[in-house]
Amino acid sequence: MNHIKKECVAMLLAGGQGSRLYALTQDMAKPAVPYGGKYRIIDFPLSNCVNSGIDTVGVLTQYQPLVLNEYIGNGQPWGLDRAHGGVHVLPPYETAAGKAWYSGTANAIYQNIGFIDRYSPEYVVILSGDHIYKMDYSKMVDFHKEHEADATIAVLEVPWEEAPRFGIMSANPDGTIYEFAEKPKEPKSNLASMGIYVFTWSKLRKYLIDNENDEGATKDFGKNIIPAMLDNKEKMVAYHFDGYWKDVGTIDSLWEANMDVLDPKVPLDLLDDSWKIYSRNPVMPPHYAGPNSQIQNSMVAEGCEINGMVDFAVLFAGVVIEEGAIVRDSIIMPNTVIKKGAVIEYSIVGENCVIGEGAHIGERPELIEDKSSWGVAVIGHNVNVSDKAVAPPKAMISKDI
Amino acid sequence: MASMGNVLGLIFANMHEENLPELTKARAMASVPFGARYRLVDFPLSSMVNSGMTQVGIITQAKYYSLMDHLGMGSEWDLARKTGGLHILPPYGRSDNGVYRGRLEALAGAAEFIHESGAEYVIMADSNVVANMDFKPIIEFHEKKGADITCVYGRGVYSSERASKFTVLCVDDNDAVYDVLSRPAISGEMNPALNIYVTKREFLENIIRESECRSLYSFETDILQHKLHDFKVFGYKYDGYFEIIDSMKSYYKANQDMMNRDVCHEVFSLDKPIYTKVRDVAPAKYGIDANVKGSLIADGCIIDGTVENSVLFRGVVVGKGAVVRNSIVMQGTVIEEKASFINGIADKDAALTKNRTITGSMDYPVFISKGANV
Repeated sequence: MNHIKKECVAMLLAGGQGSRLYALTQDMAKPAVPYGGKYRIIDFPLSNCVNSGIDTVGVLTQYQPLVLNEYIGNGQPWGLDRAHGGVHVLPPYETAAGKAWYSGTANAIYQNIGFIDRYSPEYVVILSGDHIYKMDYSKMVDFHKEHEADATIAVLEVPWEEAPRFGIMSANPDGTIYEFAEKPKEPKSNLASMGIYVFTWSKLRKYLIDNENDEGATKDFGKNIIPAMLDNKEKMVAYHFDGYWKDVGTIDSLWEANMDVLDPKVPLDLLDDSWKIYSRNPVMPPHYAGPNSQIQNSMVAEGCEINGMVDFAVLFAGVVIEEGAIVRDSIIMPNTVIKKGAVIEYSIVGENCVIGEGAHIGERPELIEDKSSWGVAVIGHNVNVSDKAVAPPKAMISKDI
Repeated sequence: MASMGNVLGLIFANMHEENLPELTKARAMASVPFGARYRLVDFPLSSMVNSGMTQVGIITQAKYYSLMDHLGMGSEWDLARKTGGLHILPPYGRSDNGVYRGRLEALAGAAEFIHESGAEYVIMADSNVVANMDFKPIIEFHEKKGADITCVYGRGVYSSERASKFTVLCVDDNDAVYDVLSRPAISGEMNPALNIYVTKREFLENIIRESECRSLYSFETDILQHKLHDFKVFGYKYDGYFEIIDSMKSYYKANQDMMNRDVCHEVFSLDKPIYTKVRDVAPAKYGIDANVKGSLIADGCIIDGTVENSVLFRGVVVGKGAVVRNSIVMQGTVIEEKASFINGIADKDAALTKNRTITGSMDYPVFISKGANV
């Protein structure tokens, strides 16, 4: 088959387990975790690609890929069902030399050099499926070209006290990166890597092969590729981003990022027509707010039926809140039913759950004396909670109770 | 029984527009918005798809831009097919005869498409009935009766005002149609035709050819009435929920019906969904003073006021202190702060400005036209 050259190909690392989301990633990869009432995390990088004019995207999957594969399908919801390019799901595969899982982020790209080479791109954009943000990658690619860089790394200024959690870049005023430290105890800068890279493909290709041949290497971008390029004095520049960007790798950050969509002060506008976030839409009727419903400060998706009280909550498609039930400061994922009189507070409830009558999930922090025992309660996907059952704060429930 | 994949669907997009002049001024009947996120064409089209049909032609006459925008390539209905799928059939498609006068002339314009489909049966439907209908039993009925034409009808009590817009069927105990009343001046319990007709393709092609020679154009008058005794015409009674949209009042009522949970679950059944165009807007957002009771709300709405017994389409904004009651508000319309909209229908992208109050009656809902700034 004849492949038309693409200036830019994006590779989206979507194979991570997201183990810190526990019950929520037991049967789906992190990028497939629902977010913001109708999205899954992967909608953000995919929509960013399309909106940035990148029409060729490889999605690297490994951990629990079923939900993700089905969700991406032929890419039609994002306009990525293209005759040339489009979205391709790339799982690990067997070769004549043997079979190998993706053993690191760099190894995952290495194993797909063949895919990238088909499009003979000048640049490759490396993305992850872990973050909620809107970003025009084409501006970053332009920046990369203007600086005649070999690698461009998107960075965000973070508060100094949080810097030790990130990969930290030290850069000259002209943007040239001279030092990189992965989660430094004593950070020398507060420029955190966002895990978004633009590489000149011919350069990256060489470093991927060298890294693969180095038996001691961990085959990881942050640990191997970036340091090796720095050591060899390749031109690496920092691209500053100052919009909304949220890592959703932990229960608390996932809960916060969802609450952010309810906060008018947070600069993440999901209703902005000029930078739409696309998603695979469920086919459901509009939601119905019943005669006894009381809904405030919340986001409610299609197919919901609400007869209870909903305050500071994000309800995904097809959620049912029966009479007398109370949902506050919580996230309820698709098709979950909250039965009569149940109370959900400071919780994340997964997809297709049934919370029995009068059950109580989570608790308000002000009612807890020992603050260290308080935290967001989580009910995993497909869990049935029996009538009057109680799940305390910080509970992590992945089996019926 | 014939495979449903061998049944061609034909939907008439522009019939009955005279009954809904306010809403069809700049759009076809088929693209009149309905039920917070749908267009009327979604009902016959989704019914056909859910019945297993894979070839559908939409016969248009005029004002079809918004309809084409809505239907696209048909992918939302899974009709973007390599073979068959969705076809929009504009006028002047075959000859320069111009814009059709009635159903028979419209069919003549689509004669080539009908022939090329190679289908065994044809189901014709208009866009003025809200129902989620299974066509399989209707084809079975047609075969069992050995009918030439099967007409689908409903049963209900209607005023003479409404009956004067219907075709009413008189059906005997064997389901044979023995009389066809066109726009009768009667009231009471009756069998209004739902404008859904089943024939064999070859039979339909013969009718089209003959009618063209004789310059006949009305299927109801020239065929159903005048040739009733030449053909085997049967009536299939549809027992599910339906509403015929024959006036602003019935349009208003049918929208209100969707607030009835049983009706809503029947029409928008999860295993036979009504498909529609995807707009990719964020879920609806409720603000601190939102107070919403008994209403159907689409994605993209921003609600800071009071909404009762109303249908809000995508992207409707209800400002602080505003009240929307017993109303239908279409896509993108803004009810500004402290404005009140009671017993009304607001078309798309309109605005009711701050502090204004507009009140209609439930029998004669007040209407705000598309893009109007009141």
